[in-house]
This record gives sequence, C-alpha cells and structure tokens, in this order.
Amino acid sequence: MDQVAFYVISAIILGGALAMVSSRALVRSVIWMVVSFVGVGALFILLQAEFIGVVQVLVYAGGIVVLFLFVIMLVNLGDFQRMEYLHRQWLPAVLLVCLLFAEVGFLLWAGTQDTVAPTAEQLDATLRSVDGSVVGNVETIGMVLYTDFILPFEVVSVLLLVAMIGAIYLAKKQV
Amino acid sequence: MEGIGLNHYLLLSAMLFSIGAIGVLVRRNVILVLMSLELMFNAGNINLIAVSYFRPDLTGQIFSIFTITVAAAEVAIGLGLVIALFRNKEAINVDEFNVLKG
Repeated sequence: MDQVAFYVISAIILGGALAMVSSRALVRSVIWMVVSFVGVGALFILLQAEFIGVVQVLVYAGGIVVLFLFVIMLVNLGDFQRMEYLHRQWLPAVLLVCLLFAEVGFLLWAGTQDTVAPTAEQLDATLRSVDGSVVGNVETIGMVLYTDFILPFEVVSVLLLVAMIGAIYLAKKQV
Repeated sequence: MEGIGLNHYLLLSAMLFSIGAIGVLVRRNVILVLMSLELMFNAGNINLIAVSYFRPDLTGQIFSIFTITVAAAEVAIGLGLVIALFRNKEAINVDEFNVLKG
C-alpha cells in the first residue's frame, strides 16, 4: 500500500516537473508546477510530517504560485511567448546535468542501501509534549520551534521583513 | 513501510534536483529559471524530511520550515528584480541581461 502510494506520488512529482520545464507557455508551466508541489506535499504526509505537508501546499501551491501568476500577468509577455525558448548550448547542459545526476544518484543510492524503516515506537519517541505524553506532529513541532529553535525563528522573521521591504523597493517605480 | 527505504526518497530528490538544474541551464525565460530554482529547493526539502523520518528525529522537519521561509523570501526578491529588469530593458530573455559583461 505504502509502496504503491510512493510510486504514484513520485510519478506525479517527476511528471509535473518535466512538463513544467518543457512546456512553452509560461502559464501552463505554472499549472504543472502546482501539480509537482502538491505531489511533494503528499510525499511529506506519507513521511508522517503532516505539518510540513500542509505548509508546503499553503506556501508553495498557494502563495508562491499566485505570486508567479501575478508577475506573468504584470509583465505582458505577448511576443516573448513565441521566441526561441532553448539556449544554443542546451545539449552540453543536459549532458552535464545527467553526469551530475549519475554521480549524486549513485552516491545517495549506494550510501543508504541498508537503512531500515523506523518502528512505531521509535516514531512515537520523537513526538513528545512538555509533560511527556505522546501528542501529534503539529503540537510537537510547535513546542520544539518555540523552545529549542526560538532564535532561528526570530532571525527568519527578520529575514522575511527584509525581503518584503526589498521586494517593494525593487518593484516600485524609481522617482 | 517495507520495501521503500531511505535510498528511494533520496534518489527521487536527486531526480527532481536534476530536472530543476536542467530548467535553470536550458530555458531562456527568466521567470521559468526562477520556477526551476523552486524545484531544486523542493528537492532539498524532500531530503530533509526523508532523513528526519528515517533517523527518526524531528530536527529535519524544523529545518525544512526555515528552508521554505527562505525560498519564499527568495521568490519575492527575485520577482521584484524581474519586474525592475522588465521595466528597464523590456525583455525577459536571460541572454539580453548582459550589461555587466566585460
């Protein structure tokens, strides 16, 4: 059952990504990107990371995709859609990436061959609340995020503020 | 989850990363280059979540929250740059952005 789910979700992710990279029309690419991102969210839920799965769908398939669509509508593509869409040197680029994939794929595949799936007790051991009782994934992540990882959490909120100000400054008309 | 090990997940993420890298290198449209970058971010997230499941340790999930945040910030800045570039050069082809070429 889990095996079937893994292969179906993998096919959705990779098919969406391939269709996104190869389709000519930008809006169609964005739609394929949504397919791929929702697949990644489903994979996270399969890996029992429910919170990250929901965040993935909300942030990527919700926010980032709307942002992309917004910009595509804003920059009035028109004739740009029909231009030659590949680089002249696409063949060496694809060969280089295939080489990279062969190398990285072999290392990842061979290096993690003998990992065994964790048992239910081991998984439960990671899900603990303050008083020691076993709780769900979302509650545990909330607790860990606001206790052990409070400093990175604050830093990343400052990063978001900086990104917001920078994006507004870059996109506004220069006066 | 018998049969599906950590190596399956890592190989899937390597494939997704390669597709994203091909998109960055091969396409000429600057908006699609940014979208391919998002695919590569996602491949990294799959790695983090898979290792966090198989260790098992929740720190990988926490880290992927920060990755998603940084990716969102990167998209906002990147699309702001695209709009500024389009306003100045009336182009979205990466080959035409060569002002800094020596």
